[in-house]
Amino acid sequence: MTSVVNQPTRRSSPARSGAGRRRAVSPWVYVASVVVAVGTLAPVVYAVLSGFRSNGQIGANPVALPNPWVFDNYVSVIMSSSFWQYALNSVIIAAVTTALVVVAGVMAAYPLARYRFKGRQALFNVFVMGLLFPLTVAIIPLFLMVRDLNLTNTYWGVALPQAAFALPMTIVILRPFLMALPNELEEASMLDGASRIGFFWRILVPLSGPGMVTTGVLAFVASWNGYLLPLLFINDPALKTLPLGVADFSTEHSANTAGVLAFTSLAVIPALVFFLTMQKRIVSGLQGAVKG
Amino acid sequence: MAGDLTPRGGHATRTAAATAVNPGATGHATAWSVASGPRGRAASSNEWRKRLEIAFFVAPALLLFALFVVVPVVQAARYSVFKWNGLGPLDDFVGLQNYTNALADTIFQRAITNNLTIAALSIAIQLPIGLLIALLLNRKFRGQTAMRVIVFVPYVLAEVVAGVVWKLMLQPEGAVNAFLETIGLGAFTQLWVGDSGVALWTVMAVLTWKYVGLAIVLLLAGLQGVPEDLHEAAQIDGASWWQAQRKITIPLLGPTIRTWMFLSMIGSLQLFDMVWILTKGGPDNATVTMATYLIKQGTERSQYGYSSAVAIILFVISFVLATLFQTFVLNRDAGEDKTAKRRKKVAR
Repeated sequence: MTSVVNQPTRRSSPARSGAGRRRAVSPWVYVASVVVAVGTLAPVVYAVLSGFRSNGQIGANPVALPNPWVFDNYVSVIMSSSFWQYALNSVIIAAVTTALVVVAGVMAAYPLARYRFKGRQALFNVFVMGLLFPLTVAIIPLFLMVRDLNLTNTYWGVALPQAAFALPMTIVILRPFLMALPNELEEASMLDGASRIGFFWRILVPLSGPGMVTTGVLAFVASWNGYLLPLLFINDPALKTLPLGVADFSTEHSANTAGVLAFTSLAVIPALVFFLTMQKRIVSGLQGAVKG
Repeated sequence: MAGDLTPRGGHATRTAAATAVNPGATGHATAWSVASGPRGRAASSNEWRKRLEIAFFVAPALLLFALFVVVPVVQAARYSVFKWNGLGPLDDFVGLQNYTNALADTIFQRAITNNLTIAALSIAIQLPIGLLIALLLNRKFRGQTAMRVIVFVPYVLAEVVAGVVWKLMLQPEGAVNAFLETIGLGAFTQLWVGDSGVALWTVMAVLTWKYVGLAIVLLLAGLQGVPEDLHEAAQIDGASWWQAQRKITIPLLGPTIRTWMFLSMIGSLQLFDMVWILTKGGPDNATVTMATYLIKQGTERSQYGYSSAVAIILFVISFVLATLFQTFVLNRDAGEDKTAKRRKKVAR
């Protein structure tokens, strides 16, 4: 952190120090950064470290470091089949949701972006309207519908509504993306004798890869974190997702603080790893969504 | 986004020529410009083919959307005028009684108040914090990239997972109180989620921790669009860093701030997961939200008609606020190039 000193300070060369952001950074920036980072990460670090303590240790002093380190909590979570079952269920539901959203989304975005037809804007607006309908508004009829379709306690019962509610955002992000692809590509492929469907599969889908990944990541994260739908539509322990599993485990073992924190910490890991590998996509997706 | 961005003048002739040259393309290429008028049998079969293609591409999305979004929303409106427990025929029509009952219920009134309070406080608390941190992270310094990732971590965690950890830390004998004791602030220990006077503030604090990262990330994106030469100009004129931020950067962030406010407001009105995990709406309904009220009435008491009315009220409130926000706040951004304007002002 000492390299800051090497940069010219404003006082030494007031006129030529360049843009404000490249000035020497005051140590306060680092102090503030540390404060922010600690405040942000403290609960996560607390959960992970406390998983290495016994309930006795936590009871005696809730904020100390593990002493001695206890591995039983993590071991028993890792050895329990239910944890892995929850994780697997979450993966399957999120994967199905993502696949549905991306395939249906890019297909719908294609004519909405590149065909001219009457009612195109109206059709697009129908999907945009979906942004205004929160899941909560529809949850009671959905609950009854999923029950009547015999989809309660199935992956589809959660994945289908999740995909449907993720569609508006997907189409809103993908349409301008597809619109931006140059017309010359289309003309060239026409000259080569491709049909529009051929153009879609062979040129448009590969080229819209980045857009599809962004929307896919957003749908995956939303599904992975989803709670309301699994809460209402799944009561079979074998089909619980991770958020549901964490919530239920914490109520069932409310006296076992260390165990709950170990369970929760392990449940966080897949999400964190996924986020760290995909963080550019997630962030750019959100920013893109906001810029519309 | 609105309107057609792709100019198509002159395509008709070019694609027609392409068809003539390349018989294999007959029936596809000209469809781009069908709007330009009938052209005999080829054109009309072409038109049909185009419609089929559109239908084929849109069908999966439309079906999914209609079945799992549109139908349930319409059903919610329908159920809301019946007294119904979800079983048996839907025949006990009660008109608007569910609505009047809901609006007269003091717990639901509390829920509306709580949602509006949370929406207002979210903006009032998160915006200054978010701005400050975003401005901080927008300067070049070591560890800047890591910080950008760190501030966003809470946003990525599931509300449930974050909620469970916070709930344990906020227990009377939990880490938060113990920490306060350790640093000599024992006087501030609380029943964080157990005291009806404190619980809503506790929820607010946890929500701030969880969501301020979104504000930061969006504001950082907005800052990318603030031209650096403005700062140079300001500095040459002798402005301090803070003056430059206050007079130039923050005003230019207007559109980003307003978009974030919109997202934050809508999110606050639909709040469910975090509250459900932390307090279930308690203690003594101190933290009840429209969504937790709705779910309780619907699932625990099987009052499907009544909770559908609550859902529709929730929708109407969101819709009205969203529309008002659109009209009076977001539309300020339309048609006006703030950057150019601000540039002129500074140049003078």
